[in-house]
Amino acid sequence: MSNALNSMRGRFDFEIIARWISPGSRVLDLGCGDGALLSLLKREKQVRGYGVELDSSNLLACIRNGINILQFDLERGLSGFEDNAFDHVVMSLSLQTVHHTVSLLKEMLRVGREAVVSFPNFGYKPHRESIANGRMPVSRHLPYQWFDSPNVRFFTLADFDVLCASEGIGILERLAFANGGELVTEDPNLNGEVALYRLGRDSR
Amino acid sequence: MNDDARSVGHVKPQRARFDETIRLRSGAQLPGFDLVYETYGALNAARSNAVLVCHALSGNHHVAGFYDPENTRKTLGWWDNLVGPGKPLDTRRFFVVGVNNLGGCHGSTGPKSHNPATQKPYGADFPLVTVEDWVETQALLADRLGIETWAAVIGGSLGGMQALQWTLAHPERIRNAIVIASAPKLSAQNIAFNEVARQAILSDPDFHSGHYYERGVIPRRGLRLARMVGHITYLSDDQMAEKFGRQLRHDAHRFNYDVEFEIESYLRHQGDKFADSFDANTYLITTKALDYFDPAFSYGGDLCAAFARARADFFVASFTTDWRFAPERSHEIVQALLHNGLNVSYAEIDCAAGHDSFLFDTPYYHQTLAAYLERIAS
Repeated sequence: MSNALNSMRGRFDFEIIARWISPGSRVLDLGCGDGALLSLLKREKQVRGYGVELDSSNLLACIRNGINILQFDLERGLSGFEDNAFDHVVMSLSLQTVHHTVSLLKEMLRVGREAVVSFPNFGYKPHRESIANGRMPVSRHLPYQWFDSPNVRFFTLADFDVLCASEGIGILERLAFANGGELVTEDPNLNGEVALYRLGRDSR
Repeated sequence: MNDDARSVGHVKPQRARFDETIRLRSGAQLPGFDLVYETYGALNAARSNAVLVCHALSGNHHVAGFYDPENTRKTLGWWDNLVGPGKPLDTRRFFVVGVNNLGGCHGSTGPKSHNPATQKPYGADFPLVTVEDWVETQALLADRLGIETWAAVIGGSLGGMQALQWTLAHPERIRNAIVIASAPKLSAQNIAFNEVARQAILSDPDFHSGHYYERGVIPRRGLRLARMVGHITYLSDDQMAEKFGRQLRHDAHRFNYDVEFEIESYLRHQGDKFADSFDANTYLITTKALDYFDPAFSYGGDLCAAFARARADFFVASFTTDWRFAPERSHEIVQALLHNGLNVSYAEIDCAAGHDSFLFDTPYYHQTLAAYLERIAS
């Protein structure tokens, strides 16, 4: 994850994620940045955690923060992890940066019993307005210009729901937030800036 | 800090004598032995800051500092860029121990040593030693130095294998294993290269079945060839291409077997240099120790089962251009550690220098080690 996104990875989604994770469980955090979430989970939930990061400065930060950190390329999948190795596999604000979306989601639910995924909602109202005005959206959670964005997948909550349904991925919980952490209840696909999903294996 | 201030300075090797008979993994016994070692920094009152540096095929106990103040460059320790005040393995915080492994040729008991049974140098009668044997003898040295538990054992390549073995043989005596450019066992290709190196030595007419000392010769050509083939595997294809390419020594093809391409000159130079400083019997023994290392062997090939007894925290690092012990080999180690729920961090470092990258001070590489060691120290 880029450093710009590190700062965007707000505490608000960490607190929800922490609520979803049972004490002492095994957690894998994909694209874990400087390890802030794992630090929190270690401290408050006594988890056995591992982070995956490709970025060198983040790796150094994790080492300094005492986080188990593995420099693997997520585009190469999670073949280094055994089935059911983790209770929770987390991917916070990184799914949109990965090319192999479906295979990665399936891999997350192979190595983990549950997955937690958060992503910026491309369908957020200001983003739609920007497009309607003829420009690609640039916002707090999509802070990049079109030519320098690390994001390679642009999708909405509705898109993600359809994908989960077609791939048999169970949506256990779905939350949307705006304004840096306010829960959105009304039309989340329009009013949600960031989506947070708790996913489980086969919904069918 | 300038380079002088970051050096451990003028150092001298020490010698520990062990009079007990040691039984080796092969079943052979040695009636006592010497280990030559060096230490840098000071052991703290709690005896909790000791770090063992394990050497690879051609290394020894002289890890850091220099022997000759008049000629520091040529008498510098082999991992001096890592060890010293203000360096990643900071001697202001750690008590660092380097040891010449049993069977070595730089002072510890080895094939060149006097065999009390024959009153001659051991030569080929020196028993084969394994990574397990090295760790057992290192443990005896730790006892002698009053070190109950290592803060860390660190090594690259074959040195990394010793760090791994420490976590298996003495899980309660090692808090951190730092395993760099290593592998949980050799591949068939690795063993094949070792066998070519051994055959080069064994077929040298000056080898005399390993008893060349008493004849006043050394199997120089064999050792030189062994090093040349080994050296190819330490470098990356890209780096060789960049450094030498097809550069000619004389601008024209001369149609003979003298040095024509610069890479030939380089390899011959490396071979010569090595043949002047290393012992052929030690080279043979060490390549066999590499071949035999396979902690999963007694667990039906199950590395995860082998590491079930490990308790240490691990830092594992590999280099992108290392094809001798490629990153995938480190992944095997990491997977076994993950399986056992052990604490492990893993860095995959971009460095053009192939297997030899572990000896360089590439900034990111040394930063990762500094960060991990800092964590251990605090």
